[in-house]
Amino acid sequence: MSKLEQTPPKRIDLQAYEQYKARNIFVLGVLFVSLILIGLLSLRAGSYDMSLVEIAKAVFGKAADSKVNTVIQNMRLPRVLTAVIGGFGLGISGCVLQAILRNPLASASTLGISQGASFGAAFAIIVLGAGAQGSTVASMKFSNPLLISFCAFICSMGVSVIILALSRFKKITPEAMVLAGVALSAMFQGATTLLQFFANEVQLASVVFWTFGDLGRTGWKEVRLMAVVVLAAALYFLFSRWNYNALESGEQTAVSLGVNVNRVRIINMVLCSITAAIVVSYIGIINFIGLVAPHIVRRFIGNNHHYLLPCSALMGAILLLLGDLAARMVISPVILPIGAITSFLGAPLFLYLLFKGGGRK
Amino acid sequence: MMVVKELDFQYNSSFQILRDIAFEALPGECLAVLGNNGAGKSTMLKCLNRILSPQKGTVLVDKNNVYQMPLYAVAQNMAFVAQGSQNSRLTVYDMVMLGRKPYIKWGIRKEDEKIVEAVIRQMNLESMAVRFVDELSGGEQQKVILARALAQQPKVLLLDEPTSNLDLRNQYEVLDLVLKVCRHNDIAVVIVIHDLNLALRYCDKFMLIKENQVYDYGSEEIITCESIEDVYQIAVNIHEIDGERVIVPKR
Repeated sequence: MSKLEQTPPKRIDLQAYEQYKARNIFVLGVLFVSLILIGLLSLRAGSYDMSLVEIAKAVFGKAADSKVNTVIQNMRLPRVLTAVIGGFGLGISGCVLQAILRNPLASASTLGISQGASFGAAFAIIVLGAGAQGSTVASMKFSNPLLISFCAFICSMGVSVIILALSRFKKITPEAMVLAGVALSAMFQGATTLLQFFANEVQLASVVFWTFGDLGRTGWKEVRLMAVVVLAAALYFLFSRWNYNALESGEQTAVSLGVNVNRVRIINMVLCSITAAIVVSYIGIINFIGLVAPHIVRRFIGNNHHYLLPCSALMGAILLLLGDLAARMVISPVILPIGAITSFLGAPLFLYLLFKGGGRK
Repeated sequence: MMVVKELDFQYNSSFQILRDIAFEALPGECLAVLGNNGAGKSTMLKCLNRILSPQKGTVLVDKNNVYQMPLYAVAQNMAFVAQGSQNSRLTVYDMVMLGRKPYIKWGIRKEDEKIVEAVIRQMNLESMAVRFVDELSGGEQQKVILARALAQQPKVLLLDEPTSNLDLRNQYEVLDLVLKVCRHNDIAVVIVIHDLNLALRYCDKFMLIKENQVYDYGSEEIITCESIEDVYQIAVNIHEIDGERVIVPKR
């Protein structure tokens, strides 16, 4: 084997590869800077007007006006961080699911994880009475938000446990796993509808209101928990980036490169489910981001997960922040439902990118 | 050196696909595995590097039992090029670097870069190192996949019909290149191949598989009109043209 290493030390011209690497890092940098800028913009948007400098200071609690500090620290910052962390988690878990299931359609919503969450929420509201107070949508508050999030989390994890159990004991293929996810999401949708059929008007309204998605439900405690889970998962995903690259070349090739495909698939499925479930159970159903964020960045940087993972995560965060910004700005002061906005604005953007590329694969 | 003994394989509850397969593959030598479709050739390759788990048998590479190694260690000993490999949108350089996967823990080391560059040069891929693999021609793609396998620095290289999708020139070019590298680096090659004339030109040893068993195993002498007829159930003539044996089916 040593002979391979002993071939003449003349290096091939890898300048072009260095350029390619630099370009990818540039894309990553652009995404990061955009995220910061949009974050700041998002902190500024609202009825209480303030300058960007003041906002930057207030983030660290250092603004001259204590009112600004309060508004930023207690109201706007948790919201913006929820969007960033949520989008980050949905984007990166979508990217990982697409890699391990080798399916461009895989995401938390196509695997039924989101539908499981909305069934859980409906169950908590209708059966367990964690419903709403307040007469208009804008003034609605849930009487027991913790219970709703808990039920949503349990049910979405339930869906992934069923899918995992099928793949483990029945040895089904990744294609069948995606199909099973589609079937399960249909089932949970049906179950949610059945629950709604027996609900009263107020319960019905609160279920619908929950599924709209809302980034304003989280306080610092929830943000911290989400951050810990999402970052821990993201670290593991980054560590596994070689496995995803190997799986892209087919399952058998991955095994021949030393990847324990079954183990990788199960561990990653569990982590993706936990990430998506915790995000969805706190902010409601946000369908499009996990699916679309990886596809958008893939068009610019290809399929190397070294760059694709962080870029998908940042893109997810950007999309959710932009969605939230749009939701708050369009007919301010009414806040439009974030789940609807991300799909409504994300889909045309995605279609544009999809067809702009023409014949490119 | 790879030694294979008493390999038996069957899928759950179906009939036996491999029965008592045994052979050796020597460093720097190329072993052709020949036989009809469905004879079990590809299955055998996959049993060797644990893509499939045989019910019985041992595979030793330099006296180490492959079935008792962790998968990454198997990948350090054996590389595999699947039939009609799927290609993703990676650059050629990244795809070849993937061959270093069994050695990489977190980041790429200088050593990995050196080996990848050496392999890219050996396979004449310098000019396309930054192009995406899925934009290359079939012949170029196959070279990239072979380069990835060579970057694993294996002791044994398993090839499953590496030339089946290539045009005439590429068939010879690709085999020429890869076998030259393997001979130079003492890599044992096991190649499943349908083109008997390609096999005769490039391979040192031959294994004929018929009905899931080894029919015959040895050097070029075992390739006769009778053995081919027996294994493939088609009558052939063997001619000698410019000092090379050529197999032509009878009209």
